[in-house]
Formats: sequence, structure tokens, C-alpha cells
Amino acid sequence: MGIEAAYSPAEMMTAVAARELRDGEVVFVGIGLPNLACNLARATHAPNLVLIYESGAVGAVPERLPVSIGDPSLVTGSLMVCGMADVFQSFLQNGRMEVGFLGGAQIDRFGNINTTVVGEYGRPAVRLPGSGGAAEIAIHAKRTVVISRLSRRAFPERVDFITSPGHVARGGTRRQLGMPGAGPVKVVTDKAILEADDATGELVLAALYPGVEAGEVCAGIGWTLRCRPGLKQVDPPSTAELALLREVLDPHRLYLKG
Amino acid sequence: MREAVATLVGDGDTVVIEGFTHLICFAAGHEIIRQRRRDLTLCRLTPDLIYDQMIAAGCARKLVFSWAGNPGAGSLHAFRRAVEGTGGAALELEEYSHFGMVGRLCAGAARLPFWPMRNYMGTDLPAANPRIATIECPYTGERLATVPALNPDVTIVHAQRADAQGNTQIWGLLGVQKEAAFAARRVIVVVEELVDERVIRADPNRTLIPGLIVDAVVVEPWGAHPSYAQGYYDRDNPFYVDWEPISRDEAALAAYLNEYVYGVADRAEYVARCGGLERLGADARVCAGVNYGY
Repeated sequence: MGIEAAYSPAEMMTAVAARELRDGEVVFVGIGLPNLACNLARATHAPNLVLIYESGAVGAVPERLPVSIGDPSLVTGSLMVCGMADVFQSFLQNGRMEVGFLGGAQIDRFGNINTTVVGEYGRPAVRLPGSGGAAEIAIHAKRTVVISRLSRRAFPERVDFITSPGHVARGGTRRQLGMPGAGPVKVVTDKAILEADDATGELVLAALYPGVEAGEVCAGIGWTLRCRPGLKQVDPPSTAELALLREVLDPHRLYLKG
Repeated sequence: MREAVATLVGDGDTVVIEGFTHLICFAAGHEIIRQRRRDLTLCRLTPDLIYDQMIAAGCARKLVFSWAGNPGAGSLHAFRRAVEGTGGAALELEEYSHFGMVGRLCAGAARLPFWPMRNYMGTDLPAANPRIATIECPYTGERLATVPALNPDVTIVHAQRADAQGNTQIWGLLGVQKEAAFAARRVIVVVEELVDERVIRADPNRTLIPGLIVDAVVVEPWGAHPSYAQGYYDRDNPFYVDWEPISRDEAALAAYLNEYVYGVADRAEYVARCGGLERLGADARVCAGVNYGY
């Protein structure tokens, strides 16, 4: 035994993200931990999960760990390969994407995400990659799950730039701005799960990982984090989940190293 | 390739070299660098290493894009130095999301002035790029985002195969190559293999770009390396990882360009300098084909 006790934060985050997916759902998959989480869910409780990658692979069944979002293994054996105009118009804008995964350098109190710049847009201290498909995924996916490690730098009260809108974004709420999707309903971190408060859209502490105190979570958040009454405890990764992650899905520990 | 770039890519042109991870034409990018084209407006969803190299080589005046990173491996540091003001010439940016870039090329291909989409509300992207606008739908009254058409002077597409007329077949990830080709004033197709017209006619559904919009066909095996060509060779993932320290160091990047771009006459010499690329050769996963009979 002992395997239950010894797991990395990345393994825990992946297992938690996988449990957010329900069998048969259509998922817009990102690279890295989201990709691992989707394939873990497919190998456990959600064998009928439909993985769609923004590169155009629909119903992908990658036989190796894709290191990029356009890996050739996403094509081999998939249900459909379409152009990117179809991905964004006929799938995403059409309302077919049930879950989208997002990450980012900064996530704020209302779930807005910044993947564009740290500092001023015209003269950034750090230039980040930009939106990619994230802005439209945040707007259109029926719900999104955000994955990010806690730190005050990663969770400021306000992001420097809103690349992907959260619950209260530039100019108002999602409803006021006419966004079709529900936005970031959960944020999976390395210590806890945050959820959006139904009334205010503010991210609040919803569940703690084994052995974590609420104070540790608050220390990694740049605003005064409110707690849900009756905080839940999250189960650690099971022996089966860990075995799949380590032996089948990421044997070279490309994404699970930390 | 030398002739195609010399005659079809000019200084100051708006250039699209498309391909989403798959079929990125490094061979054309390298030739543009060797011919020292200047003041280009480079457009791509994902600038990738090829535009990082072209920015470092001084080809670009402006970058139009939606995601500028080294996928899974790090940053494009020549791009970052230019934008963060820490080295290299200034680079003007025009930034969208993927959907926005896709819409720009759809409008360009349809020869419409703009493309509507339900997008960008709540984001700071329209403030960063005033070319992202809104319009009221004449039927529903809904306020929709718009992006302007992109009609490049030249689009360069890498493909598995084409015939001599440029009827081009692509399989695997398709990206926005079809829209980018139809949107352009001039089209260069670069292929792994030149095939007889009969091969094209045997499987017309696989033709993505018709020869009637193609200005030049270049045969350039391994022309997408370190990107890949489904069914021909795999992506050179270690190359992308190794690019991070090279890109980070201006001198190392200059040395790379000297050795692998300026220091070779053409793609064949590049492949030889890489020590051959056979290690990346694709496995056989051949599909059965269909009956086109009637």
C-alpha cells in the first residue's frame, strides 16, 4: 500500500478534473492536464465522453499522450476531422460543447482569466501567448472548468487583461452581456476546489483536499476568500486512477511531474 | 521554392503561412528568410517557431495572430523580445482569438468585408484591437461582434500531395488552409509528393484546394519539419522543446539561422544538415477507400 498517500498535486488536480466530467458529455479539450483528465475520465467512469480538440479532431481516441493540441495521434481513429471554421462555428457557436477546460496566468475574483499580458497591453512586463480559442470557449461552452495552482500572483483580485470572461466581466454580468454559456463553474487548484457563488458570481471555497486547511488556500488568493458553509472534503486519487495516470496515460511524466 | 518565393512574395506583402500544428511550411519560411524579404505583415493563428524565426531574421513589420507560444514547450522569445521591448526591431501587433482569425479568413475567402460572430463580449480584446467591432443584426436586433476580412497578398500551404496543376489533397488536421488559400491573391502550394492527375481524380473528396486558385506548386519533401505531415512523418517534438533555450538567447538564435537557414542552399541541404529525418517516418495506417461508382 502507501500508493494512496503518495500522489503529486498534479495527479490530484487531474483526478479531480476528471471527476467533473459525466459520461456521454462533449468536451472541448485543452492540452496538458485537461487532456489527461479527459482521457482518465474516458478510461474510468465516462467511456462515452466525446473529446473534441480545437485542431478539428472530433471523437479523438489518442493512443499516445498528445504533446500538442494538433498531435497526429488525435486524428488516427477519430470519428471526424473537420476544419477549424467548423470547430468554432458548427460546434462551439452552435452550442454543442458541454464542457470546456481553461487555464491561465491570472484568474480573478469573478473567474475572469488573463492569458494575454502581465502589465499594460501596449508595453507588457510579460507577454503571454494570447487567447487562442479560450475567449470563445469561455463565452460559449455550457460550463467551463478552470485548472490552476494557487498563488497570490495567479489569483489577483482583478486580472490585468480579460482574455476569457468570467461571471462579472468588462461591462457587466454574463447575462447582461448575452453570453450563452454558464462560465467557470469550478476552479480546480492544487489544494482545493473553488466554485462560483450563484448569486454574486464570486469564486468561493467549496471543498478542501485531504490534509489541507482553509487558511492555506486563502494564503494563495489575492482577495478575501469566502467559504461555503459546510466545506466538503475531496477524496484523494484512487489506486486505479493513479495506476492509469502513471502506467498508461503519462508514463514519462510529461505533465504529472509537479 | 527559390523561384516561387522570388516571384510571388514581395517586400511589404501580407503573408499567410497556415497550418495548425500540422503541415506548417518551414521550407517556405526559410526561403523567405534567405531571400531577405522585409516589412512583411505575417498572419497566422499560431505564429509558431517559423514566425519566431522570421521575426528574429528581420522579415516582419507586423504580426497578426491569435496564440503566440511554443506549444507545450514555452514561449516564442524573439516575438516576446520585440513586444516587451528587450531586443530586436519593433513589431506591430494585431491580435484576435482563434475564432476571430478563422472568421477573418472566411470573410476573405467569400470576398465579404467582414464576418459576424457571437464573441468578445466582456473581454478586453476589442479595446486592444479596435478592428474588432460590433454590428446590430438587421433581423433580430442582436448585437454581434465583427472582424474584418483578411485577404493576404500570398498564402502558402503545405500539403501531402498535389498534381502539376496544383489540385491539392490534404488529410489529417485541416486547420484554416482552405479559407486562407481562397482568401489570398496568390497561392503557393508546397507538397511532399507530386502525383499524377489520375490520383487526384480517383479521390476528389480529398481535394482541399483546387488548382484553379494555385499560382505555384513546389515539391519539397520534409518541407514541414519540425511540424509534420500525416502519413509521411511525425512532428519532431524534441525540436520544439530544444527551441526554448535557442529562442531565449539572441546569439543562439542567430547561430541557428546561420547554420540551418542562411547556411544551406535549399531544403535538401537542410535535411542533410539535420542528419536526415528518417527517424520521424510515419507508420502505415492506410484507410480502405470508398466506391465512387454510380
